[in-house]
Amino acid sequence: MKGTNLGEFEELVLLCIAALVSDAYSVAICDELSKHTGRTVKLGIVHAVLSRLEEKGLVNSRLGEATSTRGGKRKRFYEVTHAGKAALLKAKEAREALWRIIPGFNLEGSI
Amino acid sequence: MKHFNRSVPKQEKPLDETEPPKLAQRLLEWYCRTAILEDLQGDLYEYFERNLKSKGPTYAKFIYWIDVLKFFRLYTVREPSFTNLYIYIIMISSYLKTFRRGLVRNKLFSFINIFGLAVSISVGLLVVAFVLDLRSYDDSQLKKDRIYRVISEHTSSNQTKMELASTSVKAGKRIKETISGIEDITIMRQGFYGDAQVGENYLPLNATWADESFFKVFSFPLLKGDPASALKEPFSLVLTEKSAKKLFGDVEALGKIVKFDTVSYVVTGIAKDVSKLSHIRFDALVSFSSVEATSKNDEYFYDWGSIWSNYVYLTLPPNTESDKLQANLSRLSVQENKALTDNVKIMLNLQPLKDIAIGQNLSNSIGPHVSPVVLWILGGLALVIILSACFNYMNLSIARSLRRAREVGIRKIIGAPFGHIFGQFMTESIFTALLSLIFSFFLFLFLRQQFLDLDPHLSDLVSLNLSFKLIAYFILLAIGVGIVAGFFPALFFSRINALQVVKDNAKFKVFRHINIRKALIVVQYSLSLIFIATTLIGFRQYKGMLSFDLGFKTDNILNIRMQGQSADLLIKELVEIPAVQATSKSLMITSLGSMHGNQLKYINPKDGSKDSAMIWMNMVDKNYLPLHQHKFAAGSNFNANPKAGEESEAIVNEQTLKRFNIAKQNPQKALGEQVIVDNKKLTIVGVLKDFHYGTLEHKIEPVIFRYSDDPKASNVNVLIKSTDIPATMASIENAWRKIDKVHPIDAKFYNDQLEKTYAQFSVMVKGIGFISFLAICIASLGLFGMVVFTAEVRLKEIGIRKVLGATESGLIFLLSKGFLLLLGVAALVALPATYLFFDQIILPKLVYHLPMAFYEFVVPVLAVMLLASLLIGSQALKAARTNPVKNLKIE
Repeated sequence: MKGTNLGEFEELVLLCIAALVSDAYSVAICDELSKHTGRTVKLGIVHAVLSRLEEKGLVNSRLGEATSTRGGKRKRFYEVTHAGKAALLKAKEAREALWRIIPGFNLEGSI
Repeated sequence: MKHFNRSVPKQEKPLDETEPPKLAQRLLEWYCRTAILEDLQGDLYEYFERNLKSKGPTYAKFIYWIDVLKFFRLYTVREPSFTNLYIYIIMISSYLKTFRRGLVRNKLFSFINIFGLAVSISVGLLVVAFVLDLRSYDDSQLKKDRIYRVISEHTSSNQTKMELASTSVKAGKRIKETISGIEDITIMRQGFYGDAQVGENYLPLNATWADESFFKVFSFPLLKGDPASALKEPFSLVLTEKSAKKLFGDVEALGKIVKFDTVSYVVTGIAKDVSKLSHIRFDALVSFSSVEATSKNDEYFYDWGSIWSNYVYLTLPPNTESDKLQANLSRLSVQENKALTDNVKIMLNLQPLKDIAIGQNLSNSIGPHVSPVVLWILGGLALVIILSACFNYMNLSIARSLRRAREVGIRKIIGAPFGHIFGQFMTESIFTALLSLIFSFFLFLFLRQQFLDLDPHLSDLVSLNLSFKLIAYFILLAIGVGIVAGFFPALFFSRINALQVVKDNAKFKVFRHINIRKALIVVQYSLSLIFIATTLIGFRQYKGMLSFDLGFKTDNILNIRMQGQSADLLIKELVEIPAVQATSKSLMITSLGSMHGNQLKYINPKDGSKDSAMIWMNMVDKNYLPLHQHKFAAGSNFNANPKAGEESEAIVNEQTLKRFNIAKQNPQKALGEQVIVDNKKLTIVGVLKDFHYGTLEHKIEPVIFRYSDDPKASNVNVLIKSTDIPATMASIENAWRKIDKVHPIDAKFYNDQLEKTYAQFSVMVKGIGFISFLAICIASLGLFGMVVFTAEVRLKEIGIRKVLGATESGLIFLLSKGFLLLLGVAALVALPATYLFFDQIILPKLVYHLPMAFYEFVVPVLAVMLLASLLIGSQALKAARTNPVKNLKIE
């Protein structure tokens, strides 16, 4: 195990799964990510990240019901596990802690 | 339980544009692990549909393919299953047991399979051994990858291009002097022969001139003497062990003197005997400086155009490409060609050592040589025979599937996956092939001797000795044959639907692949027919060549090669023998393939136009033409009887008149015309009807006979009329011994010489005859097996028919008609194919050939039909004669 540290993209995917609630499957995640980040997200990368997250125990997956779409193939739905939620919170806290200690941060000054 | 996935009938979907590519889907299914497969398939399908809507089917399919390939990642790929392999290895003993039982239970089928495969594999073994021997030519050379031969390409304005293995002495010298980057270079020259004299003993000896670098380029080990200096001094001689023993017996030969005529040579080295698999072979080497010393004043010897009997070999330093040297050689050739006249161009090329034994056909080549085409043809023939035997195996295995289907079904239900059933049947076929290999090995040992005895050239070319490498190739070949033979049956069995065969055997379709099997039989019989017809045509053409009317008589003529002795002396002795009717002298023997050329000039007396061309020539005395019964179109034999060098008359053939348009091609008027040969004006005194100067493969070309009463003529022709040939031959030999005590007589009957000239055709006919014999044997075995099987399967049907009143002849007809129809189809395919092949490709190459005869096509068909009818009829009769009650009572 590489520990529970999240990479940037992993965090985004996890957030997406959480946001999509009961409709989180690979293609939907892909679309959602593209919509929010504005960059084209490749299916292959999402798949790779999903399998990694599952390996780390941050997400769970189950096969859905067969439908007539998708050539009769079932979807695999993902949900964030407890450990996943904890990892997300930890990442959020770490960021906020950092934000808090930046003195007088404003956009104008940085440019 | 996953094996049962296969028995679930697959949903049939209409093939249309809106489906992802099938092959890509299969690929995905193959590599992707089952846990993620379905999801991934669905995802890709969703993307495919999107692309279909936005970009059209072609693009969507393309992207689907790309995606399938892109998803080939570590986390998607299935782990290779070693457990399967492990189980398979455990199961092998079970498979072997089943195999053995099957072998014993079906003795007939086992015999057909093993015998057929054994016979065909033995032919394969012969070809493998032959090719392997040829490929190991010159392997004993240590620098074999770096040795090149300098070869010449000779072109001139009025002649076709000639590729020669030989080159000029000058080329060798110039390369040595002007081109850098060569490790060693050696010049060799052929044509040294003489009688070696040691004390009072004479021994004829052929030798090769070679310069001092010879032992640097080639690794022929010297047993005695120094390789660096053995060939340096003029008149040095290196003998092989064998020739040293012949000359000196057990006495030490090194340093001794060997005399040739008046010249003394010193033995400076003893070389190990040259192995058979070397393209350079010699009994003795003479230092090249000796020939240089004797031809100092011969300008032609050092001429750039003197490319007929010298050979240049060189080695490049390790790890150098030959390209640069080739460029240098071309530059050198262009430079030297400037001095040549008559538009002659000689270009030097490099030939790697490894391309000499198997490679392009070169004139003046030394040592044996086989062109790759011959090897391909041999390999092709062996392949055809092996495939034919494999067809038998496939046919019989699938035909017997009814019996084994249940076994396969049970194995599958117990848990054998697809791969194991496939493996089982492959194991069986490979073991059948290995079993056949044992028999074919003994057959090979027998065939090898037959093959080598076929033609003296063959036993000179290869020895076909066994080696570990060869045995390894044999085993590989057998395994390959097993794989080819077993692949389709294995596929067939592993696809059997387990539930279906176990539940209801009757539903199992035995005749499902009947069309493929019929096609295989047709192919086998077509091939057999083609081979038989080819043999017949070839044999008749060969016989035709031997009895061909050459335009003169060769019967009872004995040609004696004079070997430098005086022809007149011999003739004086010969005329004493009562059986000798007439004698004549000639420069060469026509129609055997050797040729002598002369430049002939003709100045037309009417318009003064000049014409000159190469024309074939023979120098004969005045008895020659009558003795050979040459026919005159006009004029007569030589009249004048001039002294040596004062010839004035010539006799030409009709083609000469045609070629030079002498006297408007009228033989009568051509008499008295003058032609110039060798700067001599010769008057035409006779015009011969056209005859064959060359072999029958060539068209008749212009020929001139010149008169020569030289007592040193090369050949003496003797017309013999005798009832006791051995006695006559003995007295001729006695006569020879009176004039030459050293050399044995070299006398051959003209007809025997002709036969030898066309020996290659005889070898071909024998070879193809043998192949066709095998082909028909194997095809018959296969057919027999099929007939036995069909009769067995239809036993009940026959019983019922018989009970209902069918006659025996009717039943025989019923059982045989299908097979005879197949043979008919085979004949319809094979005969026109053979006819076209010979008519369009082979016979046009033989200028003087007999037309194809009707019987050459009818006989094979009749023979094959008769054989097949016997096979089919005997089985059909057996089936028809059985008591129907017996067959119907079973079950």
